[in-house]
Amino acid sequence: MSADHPVIEAIGVSKRFASTQALLNVDTALRAGRCLGLVGRNGAGKSTLVSILCGLRAPDTGEVRFDGEPAPPLADLGAWRQRISTVFQHSMVVPQLTVAENIFLGERPGRRGFVNWRSMRAQARRVLREWDFNVDPDVECGTLTVEQRQIVEIAGALVRGTRILMLDEPTAALERDGVRRLFDRVRSLVAGGVAVLYISHHLEEVFEICQDVVVLRDGEVVLTAPTPTLTDDQLVSAMVGDIEAPVAARAASPAARRNRKALSEELLVASDIVAKSTRGSLLGASLTVHAGERVGLTGLLGAGVATLGRVVVGAHEYQSGSVRFDGKLLPPGRPDAGLAAGIGYIPEDRWLEGFVGLLGISENMTMSIAPRLSGRLGFLTPSKRTAAARPLAKELSLVSRGLNQEVDQLSGGNQQKVTVARALASGPKLIVAITPTRGVDVASKELLLGALAEITRSTGASLLLASDEFDDLQICDRVIVLVRGQVFTEFTEPPYDSEELIAATEGLVPVGSK
Amino acid sequence: MTEVREPETATTSELILFEKRSRRVAAVAFVRGAALLPVIGVLLIIGALASPVFFSVGNLAGVGQQASALGMVVIGESLIIMIGGMDLSLESTFGLAPMVSAWLMVPVAAFGAGTLWGWVPGLLVLLGVGATVGLINGVAIVKFRLNGFIWTLAMTIILYGVMTGITTGQTLPDEPAAWSYLGSAYWGQIPVSLVFTVLVFIGVGLFLRYHRWGRDIYAVGGNRAAARAAGIRVDRIRIGVYVAGSVLAAIGGLMEAGRVLAVASTQGYEEGIIFNVFAASVIGGVSLKGGRGGMLGAGLGVILLALVQNVLDLGNVNNYWIDAIDGAVILFALIMSRVIGGEAAAD
Repeated sequence: MSADHPVIEAIGVSKRFASTQALLNVDTALRAGRCLGLVGRNGAGKSTLVSILCGLRAPDTGEVRFDGEPAPPLADLGAWRQRISTVFQHSMVVPQLTVAENIFLGERPGRRGFVNWRSMRAQARRVLREWDFNVDPDVECGTLTVEQRQIVEIAGALVRGTRILMLDEPTAALERDGVRRLFDRVRSLVAGGVAVLYISHHLEEVFEICQDVVVLRDGEVVLTAPTPTLTDDQLVSAMVGDIEAPVAARAASPAARRNRKALSEELLVASDIVAKSTRGSLLGASLTVHAGERVGLTGLLGAGVATLGRVVVGAHEYQSGSVRFDGKLLPPGRPDAGLAAGIGYIPEDRWLEGFVGLLGISENMTMSIAPRLSGRLGFLTPSKRTAAARPLAKELSLVSRGLNQEVDQLSGGNQQKVTVARALASGPKLIVAITPTRGVDVASKELLLGALAEITRSTGASLLLASDEFDDLQICDRVIVLVRGQVFTEFTEPPYDSEELIAATEGLVPVGSK
Repeated sequence: MTEVREPETATTSELILFEKRSRRVAAVAFVRGAALLPVIGVLLIIGALASPVFFSVGNLAGVGQQASALGMVVIGESLIIMIGGMDLSLESTFGLAPMVSAWLMVPVAAFGAGTLWGWVPGLLVLLGVGATVGLINGVAIVKFRLNGFIWTLAMTIILYGVMTGITTGQTLPDEPAAWSYLGSAYWGQIPVSLVFTVLVFIGVGLFLRYHRWGRDIYAVGGNRAAARAAGIRVDRIRIGVYVAGSVLAAIGGLMEAGRVLAVASTQGYEEGIIFNVFAASVIGGVSLKGGRGGMLGAGLGVILLALVQNVLDLGNVNNYWIDAIDGAVILFALIMSRVIGGEAAAD
């Protein structure tokens, strides 16, 4: 098989959903032993293209070909899976089953429906060893880390004989070391002749491991090129078109920061918080936010960054310590109390806590201010909600088919805007945002951060921004670094240097701060 | 590179235009809620062909009166399903609440306790029994996080046992006329219970659409964690709905007792009404996953089940076959609501 012979290609693929043209005349191809990066903004059509390439959806026009042959019928998903597999952003392993069972999910070795356990374990072990994947085939998948689950899914694909792999935002939930190891694995897969389609919002990742890149914008391929021939800026402008990214008033001037800090009193004081969490426990973390101040919070995945944010808003119970807001003690585990006191909450996992998908945009945006909007008896018309939601929708440039549209039907970036609007609707004194830009494309990211910076500036609200994206933290006056559930150090002079931040999150003595 | 595209932004005028379009979305939602109307239309035609009596005021009024008691329970169960719960014990509350009330009112000769309470305290007891059962269920399921299916299944049997226990399995007649008024009286040719139930359906429907607690029910049912993060007191709403559901079931029981002018020990549990209650809710588009459904659909579900029963009765269908046909019609209605209402309906 020659290297430039495509193992899979999409030819003139178009797909339409109701009034939305998701894909228009898309041509693209993957070659054995090469990694193709697929980039584009939220709603550009990436997910639709992936679902067509892996046989979950049929294109309206155009076709998918494997090695030049027409693709199997959509009903024969087994035939598709032998050719192409996708590792999705959300883990698809069955947590109650072992690694070996998950690897062979769908086609267990054995005869007439009886499972040959010994052969299954042996084959699982063999494939894991062959690719140098360090996972025990006999443990239950529920006990694995996100990274290990990804490995299980990749191994499952390889065992089926798949030589085409699509990775959808594979680094979204990985720590820095995990990302590095993933890249090593992807490189060895590619070197072994596997064709990889790599979907990511992180352009530096695309530059690092993809040989080629294809850019989708509004359902069309606007650029296909080998990555070495491209610059960062070219890629970004291909993705967003020629709009100016609204960077807005990002980092505040040192004078303004000093002023704010000197004049203002303490708004939020969290003291000695001890809280258990599977995603990073807190072992006596303390934190102060002054009125009008923007404080960043960062650390490694298990350091307790998100947990501290959740404790502050009342979304997470804690064992000891106290949260004082505006001079008053907040009861633990009561988001409603935090909200009533003036805290707006932008949760980490928007699908879990961000919105009610079956309900409309305006209803979600005004959910936390319904008691205020409604009359004395609690009655509230939909039009009143819409009137309250419209300015927020406009400010955040929300794109929808109307403010009564179900939030489930929106693209990921717009869903995130609904979540942000919900937090802003109450006119909070403090906005607590936990990784608000995760899974959001470059331009929307700028817009979100710009909006947060602008709103805190114009209303004088404080911001507590928990994030592992160092870019996001640049709008903050101060950045606090957590290590293993405790405050490790603090950076007070933006712009913050990524290398120093990385060193600090690893618990190394920060070079730059004294 | 291809031509420059406009960025994703929307002006105010566009948003207003979008809102007009979204009214059409609301209209579609209404059609989904009313997905059972064609099936009901067919049933009316079959009924008219099956018997000349069918379209008489007397027959339809009787059907309405009978369906009213069931309808009250369906409202309660629909609310509970909409917050993502379920309550099997509503059928026992439907019997127990009027039974305890009657037991305290009627003379010893009619198997009462001998306390001879008046109808006002009697009604308060009825509502109190409903509220208490709902509170126990709600606290157990919401605060102590016990499995709602098993908990309410056990409660179903316990409440039935309490009912037969206090009255030694007797039927209690001779309740005060005022107590039986709601279930038995007619205004002209229209049963009072029918008027009352229709008003409750409309009232609850408006409450669900226009009251913030009503909207909270959809939010809690649709995504509990998101509702909590938005500051909704999720536990209160859930317990409140369990209480409301049981109170509605108690009132339904009052209507049924009024209609037959006695409280039979078979009322509710032994009649197995919970199957019809769930069937009416789900056929009417209330999603068992929670967060979706409404009073229009649930009400039409009740009407459909009542008409099926009536047509089978009038059509002189062999008694031994009635259950088989009854069940088959319910399945047919479920399929129809799926076909008309789309993917979202009937799951």
